[in-house]
Amino acid sequence: MTVKKTACASALLLGATLALGVSSLASAEMKDDSIMTKFMLDRFEVRHQDGDDLLSWEAQINARTDYQGMAFKTSGERLNNGPAESAEHQLLYQRLVSDFFDAQFGIRYDNQPGPSRTYAVAGLQGLAPYWFEVDANLFLSDEGDASARIEAEYDLLLTQKLVLQPSAEITVAFSDDEEIGVGSGLSSAEVGIRLRYELSRKFVPYVGINWEKSFGDTADFARAEGEDTEVGSLVIGVSAWF
Amino acid sequence: MRFRMMQGLILAIASLAPIGAMAGTYDLVIDEQIVNITGKDKKAMTINGQLPGPTLRFKEGEDVTINVTNRLDVDSSIHWHGILLPYQMDGVPGISFDGIKPGETFSYQFPIKQSGTYWYHSHSGFQEQEGVFGSIVIEAEKREPFKVDREYVVMLSDWSDETGDQIFANLKAQSDYYNYSQQTAGDFFDDVKTKGWSAAFKDRLSWGSMRMMPTDIADVSGYTFLMNGKAPETNWTALFEKGERIRLRFINGSAMSYFDVRIPGLEMTVVQSDGNNVQPVTVDEFRIAVAETYDVIVRPREDKAFTIFAESVSRTGYARGTLAPREGMAAEVPEQRDSQLLTMSDMSMASMGGMDHSSMAGMENMKGMDHSKMAGMEGMAGMEAMDHSKMMMGASSANSDYAPGSGLAPEAANGGKFLVYADLKAQTPFADYREPDREIELRLTGNMERYFWSINGIKYSDAEPVRLKMGERVRIKFVNDTMMMHPMHLHGMWMQLDKGNGRFNPLKHTVNVAPNTTLTVDVPVDALGQWAFHCHLMYHMAAGMFRKVIVEEAVVQTAAQ
Repeated sequence: MTVKKTACASALLLGATLALGVSSLASAEMKDDSIMTKFMLDRFEVRHQDGDDLLSWEAQINARTDYQGMAFKTSGERLNNGPAESAEHQLLYQRLVSDFFDAQFGIRYDNQPGPSRTYAVAGLQGLAPYWFEVDANLFLSDEGDASARIEAEYDLLLTQKLVLQPSAEITVAFSDDEEIGVGSGLSSAEVGIRLRYELSRKFVPYVGINWEKSFGDTADFARAEGEDTEVGSLVIGVSAWF
Repeated sequence: MRFRMMQGLILAIASLAPIGAMAGTYDLVIDEQIVNITGKDKKAMTINGQLPGPTLRFKEGEDVTINVTNRLDVDSSIHWHGILLPYQMDGVPGISFDGIKPGETFSYQFPIKQSGTYWYHSHSGFQEQEGVFGSIVIEAEKREPFKVDREYVVMLSDWSDETGDQIFANLKAQSDYYNYSQQTAGDFFDDVKTKGWSAAFKDRLSWGSMRMMPTDIADVSGYTFLMNGKAPETNWTALFEKGERIRLRFINGSAMSYFDVRIPGLEMTVVQSDGNNVQPVTVDEFRIAVAETYDVIVRPREDKAFTIFAESVSRTGYARGTLAPREGMAAEVPEQRDSQLLTMSDMSMASMGGMDHSSMAGMENMKGMDHSKMAGMEGMAGMEAMDHSKMMMGASSANSDYAPGSGLAPEAANGGKFLVYADLKAQTPFADYREPDREIELRLTGNMERYFWSINGIKYSDAEPVRLKMGERVRIKFVNDTMMMHPMHLHGMWMQLDKGNGRFNPLKHTVNVAPNTTLTVDVPVDALGQWAFHCHLMYHMAAGMFRKVIVEEAVVQTAAQ
């Protein structure tokens, strides 16, 4: 299911890229205006927690020139050998707005058991001062509910290859959407710390811990559904890009 | 019909008639073959089966024909670096000609109007990185102002087991891909020990606020540095007999690497740079930017071996060879020095100002931009660096090629004399030395994080050509707004490097512009046509630090009146 959707979105992405790329063919001798593609598997990990093991992923494909292009992001988790617990896909147009940041606009589609949502997305992705990788977005769902999410990561180099990477993610909802279990206010937070070893720049296994917690009404909705509001897990995984 | 043929024949003979005119024909074949330089087989591009290609030896006054055959499966080209010639023969695809298609031969024909040490290389894709380069030695028509007993070409280059395309893609995808000397937690605690908590922390904050790294000196590492195609262990050797004067023609044919060159135990007398004779200056060490050439004369008076040591400025390795009275000898190879670190003095006001634009709402970084704090780290030197007027007057100081307080300013390993640009004085005064007719400012700009490079903030593909008029003298003022060195190369015409020596300002084809400095050159515009003008760091050029220059006939004023 997820695979199919990914393929579909990739095709869309490719189409958009081709449309952007026509003008760049004229200056074939120089590579300063060509389309680059990058597939970035940020996290592909097993989360070991009380009860079941979860498989969690977060990936991004970019096809763009220096100044603009398309991004496809996908993330989610599923039970080991089980169905997807949640999956989120975004197709975004990105445009460089400063030396270090892209503005991004597009759509997000959530696929999960029960009702799903489609969102309009607007945000920024890039490198903030003091080396924080940041992805900050506003979402407006097809039900008219707005929310915001900010993710940040930092690489602390222990050696040239051994890197401690703390990360944090905070989601805030501006209204209730009880059907999908989101309550207004600070809805959830996730923090993690991963110890990464760069076998090469492009292939990095890691171990770490991850902690998620839901708050306020969102936590209440979760409790009502008999779900945990706080989950800690040990993670083992790999990140890669090519 | 027959009459015409006869006429043609007579003309053809007549054209050969000028007595003493020489004509030489040379054949170069660009092909692929497997080489093993690092212990790993890799496909390289070669010229006549060699890497680097053969040394072409021309004579001043000769009319050369060079047939270049492309046996690759992609387009190729050869550019004659530093040679004055009709622009159609300059070998830049898309500017001088269409390139050489696979299987085709292009005949370059031009008269040789100069002498000295030059080189040639492909101007297509990243072929130069993969082996398509070689040296040119042009014998002077007149007697040279120095005597030598022997001479050798010393071609320096950087070899990678990756292809140029891979390197470029890696840099684009992750600009610090090749930087394996990034500051670690351990370095921080070392700094705490030497500087104290407060200074160490401030230092990290000020670099962090700019999202730049003091170790970002060369973009690409992992190179094996070669001397005449030989890795350091292979030890390229040049023979001499004691007491002889030996001319070493240093050429930096690297894609990305600068070198600091020395021969421990020998002084070097620099007599030529970029093919033009300079007043002899004796040094212990010199820095050679990518694409520059320096001819030095050494005179070993002992019957022993000497190491020719070309240490990469990134200090990630060295090229090494030996000057020896007999084969098989070797001298001690010096220890490599510690890496240099960029300082706040290597940051231009523009790149600091650039933070204004890049700071996003809610991520304000005013603290990081607090100049007094930054200057505090480097003391007064950092302060001075921010004063551009002072910098430009720094021409008389010892390390005038770098911003005061720069972390890149070189020092001779033995504490002796290190060559600076101001030492280069032309052997003969330039006849047409005068005030420039106008000035063009070219700011060297880039986005380090995304790895794109530009001039005046505009990449090649978005830029209008620079238009010059035949006969004018144009001052080009390079302002380096980046924290990297850029070897700027103008095709087809000389740049007269202005280091305050007036009519003795030397003619160069490539000039190094250090971070946060301004360098001026005067261009006597004397060659019609379309020319390339670019940073000679291969991946900077490919990323857009490039301009087309168009030289047009000056409009005759009287016609309009």
